[in-house]
Amino acid sequence: MKKFLKLSSIILALVMTVCCFAGCSSNDAEKSNVLTMATSADFPPYEYYENDEIVGIDIEIMNAVCEIIGMELEPQDMSFDSVIGAAQTGKTDIAMSGITITEDRKNMVDFTIPYTSTAQSIIVVSGGEISEKADLEGKKIGVQINTTGDTQVTEEFGDDAVDRFQNGALAVESLKNGKVDCVVIDGEVAKALVAANDGLEIIADAYSIEEYAIALKKGNTELLDKINSALEQLLADGTIDTIMDKYIEE
Amino acid sequence: MTFKERFFLNFIKDSRWHYLTDGLIVTLEVTFFAVLLGILIGVIVAAVRSTHDKLIGNTKSKFSKFILKFFNSIANVYLTVIRGTPVTVQLMIAYYIIFVTSNNKILVAVLAFGINSGAYVAEIVRSGIMSVDEGQFEAGRSLGFNYVQTMFHIVLPQAFKNVLPALANEFIVLLKETSVSGYVALQDLTRGGDIIRGRTYDAFFPLLAVAGIYLIMVMAFTKLVSLLERRLRKSER
Repeated sequence: MKKFLKLSSIILALVMTVCCFAGCSSNDAEKSNVLTMATSADFPPYEYYENDEIVGIDIEIMNAVCEIIGMELEPQDMSFDSVIGAAQTGKTDIAMSGITITEDRKNMVDFTIPYTSTAQSIIVVSGGEISEKADLEGKKIGVQINTTGDTQVTEEFGDDAVDRFQNGALAVESLKNGKVDCVVIDGEVAKALVAANDGLEIIADAYSIEEYAIALKKGNTELLDKINSALEQLLADGTIDTIMDKYIEE
Repeated sequence: MTFKERFFLNFIKDSRWHYLTDGLIVTLEVTFFAVLLGILIGVIVAAVRSTHDKLIGNTKSKFSKFILKFFNSIANVYLTVIRGTPVTVQLMIAYYIIFVTSNNKILVAVLAFGINSGAYVAEIVRSGIMSVDEGQFEAGRSLGFNYVQTMFHIVLPQAFKNVLPALANEFIVLLKETSVSGYVALQDLTRGGDIIRGRTYDAFFPLLAVAGIYLIMVMAFTKLVSLLERRLRKSER
């Protein structure tokens, strides 16, 4: 009898665990009214934390989109190198984290129309050796891992020239300490980082120009079309410009 | 994409396997030197702590008592701080605050992981010293050995045998803990996998390859330790 009780309780525990896991996955899919968004909230002014809440340009644009398509936005914070994977595997409905459209990424996910364009900027210590893009040759360049800045710089200067950091703030910290000679990162982020740290500046040459879009799992055309038409509407009526102006002063 | 194409994309194209092999070398390098540093610090701290515990009761001179207490409290502070904070945070503090001027990432990582591991090794070694029967110690002293000789010839060899499994455990943990090296832009094995993942947007192959390499390393190490254990047990027959 004792043995039977023991055995049945073990089986029961196992069944409950399995149910738990199954429950997790099915629940997310069923809540059709919630739009989950993978984002890396360490990328001001596009997405960052303010009073325990993720805010920023991407969040506001997506909130406006959700209002049009009648869904509720639920941002999920994760490391940037997991963001595209989350959309690709369908863990989240969309990924929006200042993601640049590239050919490689198009193989893995579908992109919406671009909602803004930005430059990859070069941050240096004020009064240092680097004053134009050509000076980067032979220098140690800090980037945020797996961003387009990372891939472009790696392609141009090779692996040994690149130091890959978890986020822009750590890269800039290393720049201030002289561990790297410059940091290549998305333009608006560069402005926010320079504003927050003394003694740094962005050089006039942009490293490159690129476009941001929202990534979705391949083949999810229904949602893609909805978001695209909402974005077109927001671009046409100037809502996106208003949001950009609110965060970016120039 | 077929299995073969994905394999090609992840490892062969642009010689991406280099990220894994270069990363593996960094991982091994950091682990090896961190283990050495950990043992060194660990044995010293354990010696300080157990000497204090064994001798404080029958020391009469005020000066010796002060010396014992002084070093013991330093060792205690070290243990509290190191065991009370996560290794990732310690590594970042080492890189971004303490060794601000150093550009040698491997050296910083070795110091951070070595100092971290030392705290755990210290307690493991101390448990070994304390596990040897007090009678062994008294026997040594009655044969005319002084404290240090007794420790060295009689207590420590027995203690080492007792702590070997726990020590091996700690080194396995250390090997895997170095996977947070990426936080200081050091490209270890895990970070190598991350970089491939970022280039190919494929999580499957890089993660499984990285996991497999760690597993093989740990299995090889475990085998070596069990050989050593068998060898040490010969004297018991």
